[in-house]
Amino acid sequence: MAWSQHLIIVPILLPMIAGAALLLIDETSHALKALVSLASTILLLVAGMVLMRMAADVPDGSEALSFSYAVANWPAPFAIVLVLDRLSALMLVLTAILGLAALTFSLARWHRAGPHFHSLFQFLLMGLGGAFLTGDLFNLFVFFEVTLAASYGLLLHGSGVFRVRSGLHYISINLAASLLFLVGVSLIYGVTGTLNMADLADRLPGLADDDRVLFQAGAAILGIAFLVKAAMWPLGFWLTPAYMAAAAPVGAIFVILTKVGVYVLLRLTLLLFGSPAGELTGFGGVALLWGGIATIVFATAGVLASQALGRLAGYSVLISAGTLLAAVGMGDASVVSGALFYLVSSTLSTAALFLLIELVERAREPGADLLAVTMEAYGEEGEESEEREDEEVGVVMPGALAVLGVAFGCIALLLAGMPPLSGFVAKFAMLTGMLNLDGMGDPSEIPGRTWLLVALVILSGLAALIAMMRTGIRTFWAPLQPVLPRVLVVEVAPILVLIGLCLAMTVGAGTIVSYTDATARSLHDPASYIRGVLGGSAPGQAPP
Amino acid sequence: MELTLALAIGVLTGSGVWLVLRPRTYQLVIGLSLLSYAVNLFILSMGRLRGAAAPVLGADGNWNPADYADPLPQALVLTAIVIGFATTALLLVVLLVARGLTRSDHVDGRESR
Repeated sequence: MAWSQHLIIVPILLPMIAGAALLLIDETSHALKALVSLASTILLLVAGMVLMRMAADVPDGSEALSFSYAVANWPAPFAIVLVLDRLSALMLVLTAILGLAALTFSLARWHRAGPHFHSLFQFLLMGLGGAFLTGDLFNLFVFFEVTLAASYGLLLHGSGVFRVRSGLHYISINLAASLLFLVGVSLIYGVTGTLNMADLADRLPGLADDDRVLFQAGAAILGIAFLVKAAMWPLGFWLTPAYMAAAAPVGAIFVILTKVGVYVLLRLTLLLFGSPAGELTGFGGVALLWGGIATIVFATAGVLASQALGRLAGYSVLISAGTLLAAVGMGDASVVSGALFYLVSSTLSTAALFLLIELVERAREPGADLLAVTMEAYGEEGEESEEREDEEVGVVMPGALAVLGVAFGCIALLLAGMPPLSGFVAKFAMLTGMLNLDGMGDPSEIPGRTWLLVALVILSGLAALIAMMRTGIRTFWAPLQPVLPRVLVVEVAPILVLIGLCLAMTVGAGTIVSYTDATARSLHDPASYIRGVLGGSAPGQAPP
Repeated sequence: MELTLALAIGVLTGSGVWLVLRPRTYQLVIGLSLLSYAVNLFILSMGRLRGAAAPVLGADGNWNPADYADPLPQALVLTAIVIGFATTALLLVVLLVARGLTRSDHVDGRESR
């Protein structure tokens, strides 16, 4: 085994060791703690990049497209394995980028707001890395719990009535969902006798008829547990208050938590219910599609009705989750490729929004939040702006406010999917995939639900644009007495980097789309994943 | 034995679900605990019920898997118990904090009208 193979376990070990070491450092030495945490996260990003390169270097037509790492050195179906393929590498890099941005932001002041912020943060990264890498259902449960346990602590970071109250709801919902997870996993084990995902996919076609019903029940219960985490309507009402209550850097890293649910659904539906699964092919796809559509409708209404910026950001997370779920439900390779691009782009932009909100709030008059929609509805605005017009002329926008305004505009464009930034490319790629499902886009052959989804994806973008512009005008254009926010460089830098990455994604869209295309193709070829785990043939070999 | 176990799981789940839907935080914790007991029993039953069979292979050379109980669900149950215990303890702390901050043991922090 080459040394680079051992890198696969680094995204789990590194944050675990760093987090544990941070526990030993005294709570008062903030600088040292921040340094250790930052170093660990940067190394994590480097490891993620190397792993991504490793996964991407496997030529497309190879026999096996996934690397497996036997943690205890037992052969694959008997003990825990970690599996690296293009999808998990992509998610690892995304996690590390978000982690780095959120951590940098927190250095301004949030990391001093309560004990053990850095340890909890590292454990969260560890759980995420494990969930993306594991090739075993029960191990997935364990890493889910690690992630959730850390997220409980982080959500309560900074304390306060609002956080504790929404934290209580968040923890209860997730505990109940974890119980469903366990029921599903044990039912699947009872029927098939294995928990290894690759082995499971291998055994499914030979399942007896009565067992298949039980297996479907188990898979459906398991799916509900993931859908709770992915916040599909009507399982996602917990999300908005929880994300609103979280401190800004915590909210930013939480954006990827819903994506874990989406990731698992994407991986398992395509692996277990792909084309070779016999009668099980396509199981659950319709539920995901309609659930995703319902989520988009709900979240679009939510975005339009939001008065507070935090709530708006929460509903943006829901829109992104709903779009991804519907795309997974369609199950087509070109749609999945676009959806992966959208996943990266929307995760980066929503995280940037969560970070930006706190800075923007500093620049607003108190109470502006709640009045924005109400004032518009009652037309109070007209008289006041006339009075003030002559005073406001010639007032130069302060520097910090200008930067924040530009960042806000960019995020609005990203969420809406308008041309210059990556949100547009993402939606364009997805819509192209959807409309070319059968043949070369003959409109009569596209089913009605696809048209519905296409319309909703565009409408949800419009709603995000309207809501963001409404808030933007209130905050940056028409404040009665502009408040100069005191904004530090470490707070603005992560936001600008995240937006810059989205810009880079537009410029380098060709490279990224070819990567997501290859990812989608390998996801639709479950045999290549199974061979990588069970077959013993190293990735990169040509088929015999 | 099957009937007893099935009834036990059913009763525990039923009581658990009912309690989880109640508005007091204490009822919530007890409900979640009952549910997790039910789930633990359920996991155990997924390894098939059998008495008087060891989960580990003996040293006597008799290695017919049919003579042994399935050890994997037992390992899973242990993990599930540990994780459930830890998260329930965490939930308890949050409940106490919520009780202190909101002066109410209602899950929403205030009485519903």
